[in-house]
Amino acid sequence: MPTTRRIAAAAAGTIALAFAVTSCSSGGGGSETLDPAADLSEQTLTVSIWADYYPEDLAEQFEEATGVKTTIVNHTTNEDIVAKLTASSDPDIDVAFVSGQYAQALAEQGLLAKLDKSLIPNEENLYPEALELPYDEGNVYSEPYAWGTTGLCYRPDLTGYDPTSWNDLLTPKPELVGKTTMLSTDRWLAMPALKAAGNSLNTTDDAELDAAKAQLIETKPTLLAYDDTTFYTKLVSGEAAMVEAWDGWCNYGIADNPDITFVIPEEGADLWVDTMTVLESSKNKEAAMAFIDYILDPEVQSWVAENILYKVPNQAAMEALDPALIESYPTLGITVDELFEQEVIVDLGEDALKYVDLNAEVLATN
Amino acid sequence: MTSTLQGTTPAARAPRARRGIASLPFLAPGTIFLIVFMAIPVGLLFFYTFFKRGRFGGLVFEFTLDNWIKLAEPLYLGVILQSIVLALIVTVLALLIGYPMAYAIAGLSPTWRTVALIAIVLPFWTNFLIRTYAWILLLNNAGWVNQWLQGLGLTDEPISMLYTPQAIVVGLLYMYLPLMVLPLYASLQQLDPSLREAATNLGASPWRAFRTVTLPLSLPGALTGCIFVFVPAMSNFVIPELIGGGKTIMVGNLVRDQFFEARDWPFGATLALVLTLLLVLVILVQSAVSRRLTEGPRRG
Repeated sequence: MPTTRRIAAAAAGTIALAFAVTSCSSGGGGSETLDPAADLSEQTLTVSIWADYYPEDLAEQFEEATGVKTTIVNHTTNEDIVAKLTASSDPDIDVAFVSGQYAQALAEQGLLAKLDKSLIPNEENLYPEALELPYDEGNVYSEPYAWGTTGLCYRPDLTGYDPTSWNDLLTPKPELVGKTTMLSTDRWLAMPALKAAGNSLNTTDDAELDAAKAQLIETKPTLLAYDDTTFYTKLVSGEAAMVEAWDGWCNYGIADNPDITFVIPEEGADLWVDTMTVLESSKNKEAAMAFIDYILDPEVQSWVAENILYKVPNQAAMEALDPALIESYPTLGITVDELFEQEVIVDLGEDALKYVDLNAEVLATN
Repeated sequence: MTSTLQGTTPAARAPRARRGIASLPFLAPGTIFLIVFMAIPVGLLFFYTFFKRGRFGGLVFEFTLDNWIKLAEPLYLGVILQSIVLALIVTVLALLIGYPMAYAIAGLSPTWRTVALIAIVLPFWTNFLIRTYAWILLLNNAGWVNQWLQGLGLTDEPISMLYTPQAIVVGLLYMYLPLMVLPLYASLQQLDPSLREAATNLGASPWRAFRTVTLPLSLPGALTGCIFVFVPAMSNFVIPELIGGGKTIMVGNLVRDQFFEARDWPFGATLALVLTLLLVLVILVQSAVSRRLTEGPRRG
């Protein structure tokens, strides 16, 4: 999700395509017992994670700490990794990073192993709320890696006022026409229109979705562009005055121009979570659990907040964060309470296709 | 006798059957390559179009004609039509700009010819994406072009150039112009200068000599150039996305979005197949016209 790289996705997807014909997946449930005394140095681990979302030397670090020979591969989007995981019965991946709603979908398909909590003692570092996320209550199949929300990222000097509502984006003031961008991917395209109308961002009601679609088509000509990857640079250059942005990404703009401000619109937004999951097909589950436990170490997980500028669900890591960093990047200071006022994106089963169709139609309309 | 004329003399044509067998070993690698990497994948595409989509991509093996019915929706037909129009505009502009360029290069001394050709091919040594991003730097509201326009006092407010259909045309034109120039150059450079001299000796003005001798003989090269430009321009999806801001989409974007955003492989396959068929049709027309041009009207 946040690291959507649509163009790179094209290349990766071609590979997924190659597996199309052999599409099948074996069921599972993750009931086998793990051996806590297993010799980890006998195991190898393949981790698939978004590019640029982890320390470069993560594999070496983990190998040094545990002796597990580790390979890290990258995926570009949730769709990309899910296609890979569902296309073959043994995708040769042990740990996959996916967003919460995708973890839910994969778990429902029986592709994920139940986490063995006795091997993940570092779970206690998480905020209590991080164990009650609706896509996976009690973190049975997933542990959260980073979380955040989506809002308006803007330049007060260019907007001339402080936007407070999604309608500021959907129906921009005349002077801001051609100076705003929206996200075009996954569930974030529809969210502003759904929230502005007071609807749930997980709605499956056709009338609500049609109204959102109509609004988005109306908004389209007022946009500078749809942009999922470089919107913050457009703010910095002054091309755009206000963009729909993931909170962490707004920080990349703030790094170049401290005037840039982030606000969660009053109608509310989403709470997205990127999670770590273990594949049921993994033959190295002890090592996989050890990897997740390693990440949940506050020393390790704080890297994400310090370098990617995303909030992490790790209370110990967040409390140890340098206050100066939070002052520079106020979105890091969004509290857990504020975060939980937002709506968690959950998987909608077959109805998820309604959003897919909505996106396709809005983007194809001229 | 010149090489262009040689091919049309009956003596140069070996009996068909014998030639067929003799060339078999030479054709085999190419044929196998085409079967494995072209015929089979296109066949798969065709197969995909009759099934339902799986939730995370892939196929559900239930027969359906929905994908073909969906194709007829004005939304998708509109995008296909728009892509044809954009690609046509790019092709015509490339021809108008490329022909004089190729003509001029063909008239240069051998040394300068090499320099000119290298200059044309040089941009290809830089990554396609980087060249595309360069246009963003040039065209955006705070970009170089607008800075110059404002600096020279030609305009007060920046002109919105990026993220428009016109910007897509500029981007595609820049990207594919060399593909027009090179085949045109090849055909112009092959022309026997004595043909033109003969025309001039017989009293034709330079313009008339160009119109009646050079232009007709260079048309096959021009047609090849048009195909080289039209085909990739029609299916490009990176330029509409980056330079067009995702607001004006082409059929290439549609195909890409079906596979990656929508995970609707069957409909993506339908669109891809239609795109392929359209382009094959264009190439068939081109080669038929081209053959007529080189061989003259069919006798008998």
